[in-house]
Parts: sequence; structure tokens; C-alpha cells
Amino acid sequence: MDRIPILKLGDCLIVSLHVDLHDRLALTLQDDLANRVVSTGARGVLIDISGLDMVDSFIGRVLGNIATLCQVLDAETVIVGLRPAVAITLVELGVTWTHVRTALNIERGMALLQHHVSLTAPEETRDDPDDAQR
Amino acid sequence: MSIPNLSRLLQNDADRLVQEWLTAQLDAGTFRRDLLSEGDLRRDSQAFFTAFLQALEAGTTPTPEGPAWEEVRAVLGSLSKTRAAQGFTASEVATFVLSLKQPLFRRLFTAMSSSPEQLQEDLWTTTVVLDQLGLYTLEIYQRSREDIILRQRQELLELSTPVVKVWQGIVALPLIGTLDSERTQVVMESLLERIVETESTVAIIDITGVPTVDTLVAQHLLRAVAAARLMGAECIISGIRPQIAQTIVHLGIDLSSVTTKANFADAISLALTRSGFQVTRARPQ
Repeated sequence: MDRIPILKLGDCLIVSLHVDLHDRLALTLQDDLANRVVSTGARGVLIDISGLDMVDSFIGRVLGNIATLCQVLDAETVIVGLRPAVAITLVELGVTWTHVRTALNIERGMALLQHHVSLTAPEETRDDPDDAQR
Repeated sequence: MSIPNLSRLLQNDADRLVQEWLTAQLDAGTFRRDLLSEGDLRRDSQAFFTAFLQALEAGTTPTPEGPAWEEVRAVLGSLSKTRAAQGFTASEVATFVLSLKQPLFRRLFTAMSSSPEQLQEDLWTTTVVLDQLGLYTLEIYQRSREDIILRQRQELLELSTPVVKVWQGIVALPLIGTLDSERTQVVMESLLERIVETESTVAIIDITGVPTVDTLVAQHLLRAVAAARLMGAECIISGIRPQIAQTIVHLGIDLSSVTTKANFADAISLALTRSGFQVTRARPQ
């Protein structure tokens, strides 16, 4: 069965959607991502949907759920790369993702995640120049 | 059948008939000397008359719908389109064809005065043909006018939504006029496209030029804000006049999810601060 690949980059997981998501694939992605976040202890998740031409209300809701779910597992989630048409469609469908972070592109999304991860990292792993001197 | 009669009649003194028709058109009172020269009218009339004659000769049916009438329809169509663009009124355009009746009838009358029944039949057929041509002309005229209106509407829509890049990462959208669903769509699309293009993180929607804000307009605005947020840009709504602020409060519209500012200057200053810029005066005034 088809699966969406989930890439790991440092503390973050990256998912890039290029094939059109059908409903079952979206649900599989939701399961896979939850498992991977727990197994890798990822602190950030980036979902790039710039390759999607079309997002219906179900996919919109599932993507929102995925983001919320990852946040519950303490992984900051950013959805990036919405095309204008997709954004308009989602708003028209009433999906506003008020609890989900969004960014224009992967670069911006990664910057957001890095910022968040560095802020919330536990004391001992934080790169603090003062610590290094001591 | 009157068609052979008619075409023979027309062929015999085509030049004089065209001349008479021209005179009829010039005297009709609906002729627009300011829009059309006499020479142009003569050319148009001659073109129509030639096509009309050809169609009469070739056509077996007296109704102007068959393939034989294609040329006539083409001539009338282009004439109607040009005149619609020039600003002729409907009756002025229709007179072109209908004014052919008088000289035509006069000829039929003299030629057939011996057989009144045949004359009546011929008159009727000719009237039907010319009326249908007149109606066709009007139809094309109306369609061209509608096309013009549609195009102007489209152009106005596009003109009315400039998205301005204010600073690196900041775009502004000064809204002027009333927001309806169709305009919101265009506004939203151009705003989002510019956000992608300029990689902006802050979008300022300035509604100084919006006369009234009712629940519907507010809803449209909130929608644009939500869409921009999905693209990763925060929105600031500025230019809310005192009366509009009162209306918003009276209507119970909830704008708490959006940053709002009274004027554009405040919005720009906030946008700059949010993007990490600091504006200072270089030298004291």
C-alpha cells in the first residue's frame, strides 16, 4: 500500500505531500506520523503541502487534526506552502486552522520550528555560550 | 414566390435604389453625423446591398437563416458591433436595415400594381425578411453592448485591487468602494498571490476607502484575513473610521482575532516592529 515518506532532520520530522491525498492515505499518514513522533521524540513537525492542487474539506480537517495531534505529543507543527487557491478553498469550506501554525514556505517553516525547538529545549541540551565557558 | 421578383427588381436599378436608401437614412432623423461620415455610410450600405442581392439570388427560402444569407449576417454583424462600440443607440442601428423598406416597397408597388394579390404577398415576404434582418442586427448590437459592459466590469475589478509592497516582507491592500462577494474573491486572490510573490509576513488591509462595513463586509474581511493567515502572513486591518467602529460594535461583529488600527501610519509602524525593523530619525528637526 502507498505510504507518504516521513523524513527526519535533527529534532524535526518533515512530510512533503506531492501526490493528491485520498482519504485513506491521509488517515494512514495521521497514524504513521503519530507513531514516528513518539518513536523519534521529535520536537517539530513540518508538513509541506505546496504540491497539492486540491484540498477538500475532509483532507483539510485531517491535516488540521494531524497538526493538533502532533502538538498534543509536544511536537510543534507547521503546515507550509499553501497555494492561494487552496487557502481560499479552505476558508470557503470553513476550515481555518486557528490552532495550527502556518508559514509561506519550507524555509520560513523551518525557521519557526528551530526557534521553537531552541526555546523549549531542556536546559542540558541547550547551546548556551555561557555554559560552555564555565 | 417573391424572391425572384424582388431580386430582378433590385438588380434592374441597384444604383438608384441604394441612392434612395441612403437619402432615406440621412433623412431619418436618427442618423448620427457626429459618429459616422456619409462616405462610411455609403460604403456600409453598398456592402449590405450587394450581400443582400446575392443572398436573394442564391436563396430559395425567404427567411434569412440559410447558408445563403451568411454574407448578409456577417455584414450586419460587423456593422452592429462597430456601431455599438461607437455609441449608437439601438434604434439608430435598427434604422439602417428598416429604412430600406420604403424605397423597396415603392418599387414593388410600381412594378406590381397590376396584380394586387401578388403585390400583397410580396410586400409581406419582404417585410418579414427585412424585419428579421433588423432583429438580427439588434440582437448583435445588444450582445456587443453586454460584452463591453462585462469587459469594463472586469477591468474595474482588476483596477480596484492594487496590492502594494510597503517594505520588505510587508504588503498593503488599500480597499476602495464596497466589498461584495465577487470583489472579495478578486481581492483575496491578488492579496494571496502578492504574499507569495513578495514572501511577506505581514499584510495590511486598509479600509479607509470603504464607505460602510456591515456584517457581510466584515465577514468577507475576516475570510481574507483567515486565508492570509493560512499562507503564513498576519493581517492588520487599518483605517477604521469612528462611525465604522461604532457600526461594528453595534452589529456585534467580533474582530478580536484580528489586529486593528485606526490609521495606516499606525499599521505600518506595527508591521515594521513585528518584522523586526526599527525606524529612527537620522537627525533632529
